[in-house]
Amino acid sequence: MIRRAFLALAATVIAGVMAGHPALAEDKFIIVQSTTSTQNSGLFDYMLPIFKKKTGIDVRVVAVGTGQAIKNAANGDGDVLFVHAKPAEEKFVADGQGVSRADVMYNDFVIVGPSSDPAGVAGSSDIVAALKKIADSKSAFASRGDDSGTHKAERRLWKAAGIDPSEASGDWYRETGSGMGATLNTGTGMDAYIMTDRATWIAFGNKGDYEIAVEGDEKMFNQYGVILVNPEVHSNVKADLGQQFIDWLLSDEGQETIAAYKVDGQQLFFPNAKKGS
Amino acid sequence: MDSFWSTLAGAIGLVFSFDPDLMEIIGLSLRVTLTAVVLACLIGLPLGAAVGTFRFPGRTLIAVILNALMGLPPVVVGLLVYLMLSASGPLGPLRLLYTPTAMIIAQMVLVTPIVAALTRQVIEDLDREYSEQFASMGVGPVNRLFAMLWDARYSLLTVALAGFGRAVAEVGAVIIVGGNINHVTRVMTTTIALETSKGNLQLALALGVILLAIALAVNAAVMALRASAVRAAYA
Repeated sequence: MIRRAFLALAATVIAGVMAGHPALAEDKFIIVQSTTSTQNSGLFDYMLPIFKKKTGIDVRVVAVGTGQAIKNAANGDGDVLFVHAKPAEEKFVADGQGVSRADVMYNDFVIVGPSSDPAGVAGSSDIVAALKKIADSKSAFASRGDDSGTHKAERRLWKAAGIDPSEASGDWYRETGSGMGATLNTGTGMDAYIMTDRATWIAFGNKGDYEIAVEGDEKMFNQYGVILVNPEVHSNVKADLGQQFIDWLLSDEGQETIAAYKVDGQQLFFPNAKKGS
Repeated sequence: MDSFWSTLAGAIGLVFSFDPDLMEIIGLSLRVTLTAVVLACLIGLPLGAAVGTFRFPGRTLIAVILNALMGLPPVVVGLLVYLMLSASGPLGPLRLLYTPTAMIIAQMVLVTPIVAALTRQVIEDLDREYSEQFASMGVGPVNRLFAMLWDARYSLLTVALAGFGRAVAEVGAVIIVGGNINHVTRVMTTTIALETSKGNLQLALALGVILLAIALAVNAAVMALRASAVRAAYA
């Protein structure tokens, strides 16, 4: 009885696996290696169904930190790379891993902090001065610490402020080594200042008493770019379908779709693809 | 306490909303985990029984290794399977990365040592009891192995459930090899991780309650099956 039930169960399960295997059911898909901010903000959930309706192409997003996304793409595990770390993206193309890079959209980074504002930086629009105040007052600062696009940008800003926060690692400078959302959860739990992209912050659901403390400095500009993974290096890359997605992102329709995405009435990403690129 | 009860209410509301996305995620979770456990049993039961029954050099070493592998960190398994299945890995041409099959493989690697190690212990104890009888009756080694597996079937059900518990709760491996792709490789645990990272802690916890309820339902179903089998055997 048990043996029969067990066999029946096994048969059902195996049949289920075969029937539902997505590679057999549907082949017109691409894999996009992307970053957590585009996923967590809900942009993909809004944008991809519109693209699929038009082209029939299913876009499968793997959302990880920019550093990991670039490494995955360099292994050939993706058709398109859609991230936000321009120097690293340009290096990816220069190394021959990507075909070419195009600007898609931008938003900006902000520093969020507890309403008690221990470093006295609230309302500032000078990021360098704000970081100096945070370091001088040894106020807790939660860093991604994961080589993501946001982490790379954060390190550039510390450098601009002439501070090496890694000396205070474990003291007031706390590297979580996780994604943006996890870092926000951790940082808000220890009253730390946190640098985040605005889109993730607006869509974040666990803000507590946190508010945006520093914003509006042009150094906190956050550019997103898109790259087709080089099919000459990785023969499995679906160059045709991937290029269709990139062309759509850069087209008027794609750019308008990005601009139309709003959370609580606020636009999260601002399209800035070059015309005719 | 307020948030606990509202979370619980939220979880119940979620289940009975029969939200198609949620049903899809629950279905995939069960499909991946049950397949992985069945495959792990197909390998782990005979393997564990063989190590538990037969005397050969290095047997103790293998038993120790099997026991140690029960503690395999899911993230490490995820990375190993990723490196194997990556387009630049040895199994890259199979194109299995970011599919449910990749998740099944990762969970199978995690669960097989648990099944094998626990089976070895169960069978070894049984073997001590029966070895003389088997010898006097002249039972061949393979028949002996399967006779003991059959005799220990109820204990081994619990072994399979231990493997199921490990697999269904695991997130580190499946998020690496599956990629948590919406409608393709998103399962309960990766959804919980995603919602947590979005700061939707209530929703994440509600999903956790549902996952717990699924585990409970599977365990109850297996136990009911076992009870009816026991009744049938003694009827």
